[in-house]
Amino acid sequence: MSQTFVGMPSFPKNAAIAVQDSQLRFNLRKATRTIRGKRASVVEELPDWAELRQAGKAIKDHTLRNLERYLVQMEAAVSAAGGTVHWAKDAEEANRIVAGLVKATGETEVVKVKSMATQEIGLNEALAVEGVTAYETDLAELIVQLGDDWPSHILVPAIHRNRAEIREIFLAKMADVPADLTDEPKALADAARLHLRERFLRAKVAISGANFMIAETGTLVVLESEGNGRMCLTLPETLISVVGIEKLLPAWRDLEVFLQLLPRSSTGERMNPYTSMWTGAVEGQDFHLVLLDNGRTDVLADEVGRQALRCIRCSACLNVCPVYERAGGHAYGSVYPGPIGAILTPQLRGMDTALDRSLPFASSLCGACYDVCPVAIDIPSVLVDLRAKARHPRTERIGMAAAGWVFNRSVRLARAQRFGGRMRKLIPKRLPGPMSGWTDTRDLPDIPQESFRAWWDRTEGGAR
Amino acid sequence: MTSRDLILARIRAAVGDAPDVEIPRGYRGPGAESDGLIEHFAERVRDYRAVVHVVDAAEVAAAIGDALARREAGRVVVPAGFPAEWLAESVIEDLTTVDAVVTTCAVAIAETGTIVLDAGDGMGRRALTLVPDYHLCVVRADQVVPGVPDALTRLDPVRPLTWISGPSATSDIELNRVEGVHGPRTLEVIISI
Repeated sequence: MSQTFVGMPSFPKNAAIAVQDSQLRFNLRKATRTIRGKRASVVEELPDWAELRQAGKAIKDHTLRNLERYLVQMEAAVSAAGGTVHWAKDAEEANRIVAGLVKATGETEVVKVKSMATQEIGLNEALAVEGVTAYETDLAELIVQLGDDWPSHILVPAIHRNRAEIREIFLAKMADVPADLTDEPKALADAARLHLRERFLRAKVAISGANFMIAETGTLVVLESEGNGRMCLTLPETLISVVGIEKLLPAWRDLEVFLQLLPRSSTGERMNPYTSMWTGAVEGQDFHLVLLDNGRTDVLADEVGRQALRCIRCSACLNVCPVYERAGGHAYGSVYPGPIGAILTPQLRGMDTALDRSLPFASSLCGACYDVCPVAIDIPSVLVDLRAKARHPRTERIGMAAAGWVFNRSVRLARAQRFGGRMRKLIPKRLPGPMSGWTDTRDLPDIPQESFRAWWDRTEGGAR
Repeated sequence: MTSRDLILARIRAAVGDAPDVEIPRGYRGPGAESDGLIEHFAERVRDYRAVVHVVDAAEVAAAIGDALARREAGRVVVPAGFPAEWLAESVIEDLTTVDAVVTTCAVAIAETGTIVLDAGDGMGRRALTLVPDYHLCVVRADQVVPGVPDALTRLDPVRPLTWISGPSATSDIELNRVEGVHGPRTLEVIISI
């Protein structure tokens, strides 16, 4: 994954700093509330949402089970339609392929459609090393790129910025910005239109991702709002699409499910303003598809965790998550923040760093993410599974072993309860040293004088 | 071993013995009842803050003329294959100097207020409806279908498709929708009944 986040501390440390930022909390609260309301009303409107969700889940599971067959079918269909298919086992190989394709055109500039896959592999940084400048054209990506900032949301990477901050960034970093720019969203959008217009018209190479690939027909599908996607997909002579292997759908008709699930879950609209679909090389374009693994086959091998590959990157789980709303996206140290990031990042990157090990714990397990997920990813169950797999601190392991020994025999538990009841005035609310990690984030409940079982025996169930 | 072989081998090892999954399709498929389809479509397109007119088939040419006059559009792109009875054909090479584009569509979806272009007659290549700031689209009543599943049965994936739901927009500033970014800032739809 992107090198940007390398060396970041663990989630609790990042979150502790982030929650001190009252501006960030205000921006996030406002934005996530708006989007939650919009999503709820357009989902409510469909009488068959539950059926669409079940179908979406099953189509993705069926695709993952038969991924080999469908990938080969996709490759054949794209090739037959005049496109070229490349396979990349990891980020390094994908970046090398794309850089090679760009250099072969002789161009040193590319325009980009917002894409999670290319962020994940750190493509912009890799192209820069090769002397190629990548220009992000999505408004939020532009705000992040100009502000030398990190994305903090899957759909709206600049969700942590409010209009006043965006105006400041544009005034400072946008060469052709109108001097009288206000912080009206309309004025800010107009400034972006003006800024990117010439770039679109002269671009010779574009790089995109894709929301869906249809194995049956070889069709790629990109959903967007602004028209920057259409500009990049249609105007340049060369189009390179980097797409994760899990983005496949078996058949053309499967879009009838996903084109209903995705817009309503992500921007809370009945349909996003623009969706582009193309099959192979069209309108004289040179088209390249780079199929990306980069850890996905490892995720696929995990029986519990593989459901994360159903994700269609709608970001509904971020918008409902109480932890995300308070900590913000940067604390997760990954291009995939929020609940889905907490299960996807540790699986894609492994749990070798303190940050990646801490991500499965960045949740209260409230389950709101599971409720809104349009492909029914049981995020809480995957979190619990990953927590079991994460390496735990030594003191915690010893404590758990001791607790397990006590709980395993009712005689031991009764003794421990009697002991606890007698000593209850002396047991500290906070533990010292390495054990403070446990008590710093938990309240010790008041210990009763006697246990329920002891009370029942003494009073015969309250009869005496 | 090539990366292709490696990835495919990894997939085989990962899911080789996993059970397959039946796909339940209990949702509303194509062919649902369609009372008040045109009104439904018009209302949903208006929700995106696009301008919508419903006119008799005989009035389409006049409605197009009125819309372009209101817009004060001097240079207008009309793609090849646009019905001659609606407008005289013209070809303009430099899109950046054009004020407006007038097209037909391939299919329109009532439930989502969407029009779909497939680069066929009267629609032209994709850039035509992208670069000009104003897009006027004529939809025939028989092109309007109830939902997304109906639309997919009528479309050919081999053709480049553009699904348009309202004018270009962004929700990137505080998640509030603002109309008009890179695509046409104004979308006007004439429904011919």
